[in-house]
Amino acid sequence: MNTSTFKVALRGLIRRKFFTFISLFGIAFTLLMILVVSAVLDHAVGPHAPETHSDRSLYVIGMRLKGPSWTNTSGAGYGFLDAELRDLPGAERVTFYTMPSQAVSYVDGRKVKSYLKRTDAAFWTILDFKFLEGGPLTADDDKNANFVAVINESTRDRFFSGQPALGKTVEVAGQRFRVAGVVRDVPSTRWLIFSDVWVPIATMKGDAWRHETLGGFGALVLAKDRRDFPALQAEFQSRVRRHPLPDPAHFDRLDGSLDTLFGSVARDFFDMPSDDGSPLGFSAATKLRIGLAFFAVLFMALPAINLVNINLSRILDRSSEIGVRKAFGATSRVLVAQFVAENVMLTLIGGALAAAGSTLVLAAINASGLLPYSRLSVNLRVLFWGLVAAVFFGVISGVYPAWRMSRLHPADALRGHAS
Amino acid sequence: MIRLEGVSKVYRTDRIETLALDGIQLDLPAGSFVSIMGPSGCGKSTLLNLMGLLDAPTKGHVVLDGAPVGSYRDKDVARMRNEKIGFIFQSFHLVADLTVLDNVELPLLYRKIAAKERKKRALAALEQVGLASRVHHFPGQLSGGQQQRVAIARAIVGEPRILLADEPTGNLDSQMGDEVMAILHRINRDAKTTIAMVTHDPRLAESTDRVVRMFDGRQVQ
Repeated sequence: MNTSTFKVALRGLIRRKFFTFISLFGIAFTLLMILVVSAVLDHAVGPHAPETHSDRSLYVIGMRLKGPSWTNTSGAGYGFLDAELRDLPGAERVTFYTMPSQAVSYVDGRKVKSYLKRTDAAFWTILDFKFLEGGPLTADDDKNANFVAVINESTRDRFFSGQPALGKTVEVAGQRFRVAGVVRDVPSTRWLIFSDVWVPIATMKGDAWRHETLGGFGALVLAKDRRDFPALQAEFQSRVRRHPLPDPAHFDRLDGSLDTLFGSVARDFFDMPSDDGSPLGFSAATKLRIGLAFFAVLFMALPAINLVNINLSRILDRSSEIGVRKAFGATSRVLVAQFVAENVMLTLIGGALAAAGSTLVLAAINASGLLPYSRLSVNLRVLFWGLVAAVFFGVISGVYPAWRMSRLHPADALRGHAS
Repeated sequence: MIRLEGVSKVYRTDRIETLALDGIQLDLPAGSFVSIMGPSGCGKSTLLNLMGLLDAPTKGHVVLDGAPVGSYRDKDVARMRNEKIGFIFQSFHLVADLTVLDNVELPLLYRKIAAKERKKRALAALEQVGLASRVHHFPGQLSGGQQQRVAIARAIVGEPRILLADEPTGNLDSQMGDEVMAILHRINRDAKTTIAMVTHDPRLAESTDRVVRMFDGRQVQ
C-alpha cells in the first residue's frame, strides 16, 4: 500500500461526484443511525453516574400472578420484596423504590408537573448521585417517615427560581416535604432511578401497600461480584416459588425474575417470566441479543449491498487502469488490497460525516426535551464501534468487487472488455 | 532476447472458435527494433500480448532470455512483466486521476523502491522524453503527443530490456508521430532496448531493423 493508492481513491471520489454522493449518503446515514441509537442505549444502560455499579446490579422489575382464568401482571409489591429480598444471601446491598409517578404542584399560581419517586436510604448508598446541595435521605428518614425530599436541579429551578432550596418546603402530590438535598438532573433514559423528587417510602399514604405481593415497586440488588449472579438468581427463584400466593382461589403460580437490566427488558419483550422450557434453551437475553444482532447486520447490509453494486458497475469504468496496473506488474492480490483500501477510505470518510452528523442530531435531541434531562453525546466507546462498523462496511462491500476487478484478464481490460 | 516457438492462439466462446495466431516462429535478438505490420484483425496485437506475457499461447512457447515461460502463475508473470517488459499503447492508457509524475512512477510501485528513489527515476525518465516541466499536470491537461511521451516515460522508467509498442503513433498527427518515433529510436540506440512495434505506417516500419508481416494469423514475412 502506498500514497498512490490513496491519491487515486481521493481523486476518483472528487471526479465521480454522483457516485461519491450516493455511496457516502448510504454509509453516513446508516452509521449516523447506529451512532445515535447506540448513544441513546449507552446513555440508558451504560455504566454512567448515578448507575456506576450497573455491572454488578440485578433488578426486579415486574411480577406476574397466573391462574387458570386470570393473569395479573404488575410491579412487585412491597410485602413480597420485604419478605423475600431484604435478606437475600450474598447480596451486598438491596434497595426498594416505586416507579416514578407524575404529580402536580402549584407554585405561585403556576401548575408545575414533576415526577415523584419513593425510595429507601440504601438507594442513596448504591447509586452515585451528584449532590449540589445537602445530602441524601437517611435510614432515620425512612424509619420515622420523615417528610423530607431530595429534588433535582430542574425542580429547584421550577420551585425556587434557581435559588438555594435546602430547608425549604415543596408540596408534591398533596404532601409537603422539606428539601434535604439537591442533585444533578438524571436523564429519563435511566428510567429505573429517574425522577424529579425522591421521598421516603414510609411517607406513602395508608398501610395496605406494606403487605402486597404485586404493587408499584421495583428493587435493585447490588451483588458483591458478577459471578454471584447465578446464585442470587437461583435463591430468588426458590423464594418466589415458596412465597404464599395472595389469592389461591384464583391464582396458582407467582412468576418474577431477578435479572440484569438487559435481561429484564428481554423477558418483558418476549413475555418470558422465567427461562424454564424456553425454545432451544435460549434465555430471553440471548434471544434479544440474537434478534438485535440480526437486525443490526440486516441494517448494515443494505448500504453495503448498495456499495457492492455501485463498485461492480464501476469495473468497466476502471478497466483501463486495471489493465495498465497488471501490465506493469501488479498482481491480483495487490489490486484486491488497493480496491479494498479505497473502499475502506470511502467508508471512513462516511464514518467521519456520520460522527459529525450524529453530534448535531444528538444535540438536537438534547435541546428538544424529547428525552427529559438527556445529555446525549457521541462518546469514545460509541465512536469506536462506529469506526469498527465503518471498516466492516469498507471490507465487506469492497472485497467482492475488488476480487472481480482483479480477475480481469489484462489484455481484455486494456481493450475495455470488463465483463 | 525473446523468441516465439510454434505459437498458436485460439479464442473460444460457447459457439465459436477463432484461430488468432497459427504457428508463429519469431526471434527478436537483444537490441533489435522490429515492426509488425498487417491488416486489421490479422493478429498483430495478439502477438504483442503474447510477447508481453499479457496472454498465454494455446500452443507453443514464449522463450524469454533463453528460458521458456513455463508457468503463467499470476505472481511470477507479474514480476517478469514488471522487471523485463515495458508497454506503450495506442490510446496511452494513462490513469486520469494521477499526475504525470505519479503515472510514470506506477511500474516502480510494484518493486521495493523508496518513494524518494521512485521520484528521482520518474523525473529522469520524464527528462528523457522532454516533459520534466509537466510533472504536476494531469493527463487531461496534455496534448495527445505529450500523453504518449508520458506513456513512453512510464514504459522506460523501470529500465526494461524489452519495449512493446502497440501502434504508438496511431492516435497522433504525423509531426507528433515523428517525435515519438525519434524517442523510440533513441531509446533503442542508447539503452540497447529491444523494441517490437505494431504499426500500419510503412514509412515508420521502414525505419526499423526488420519488418514482420502478418496475414490471417500467420507470419508471411
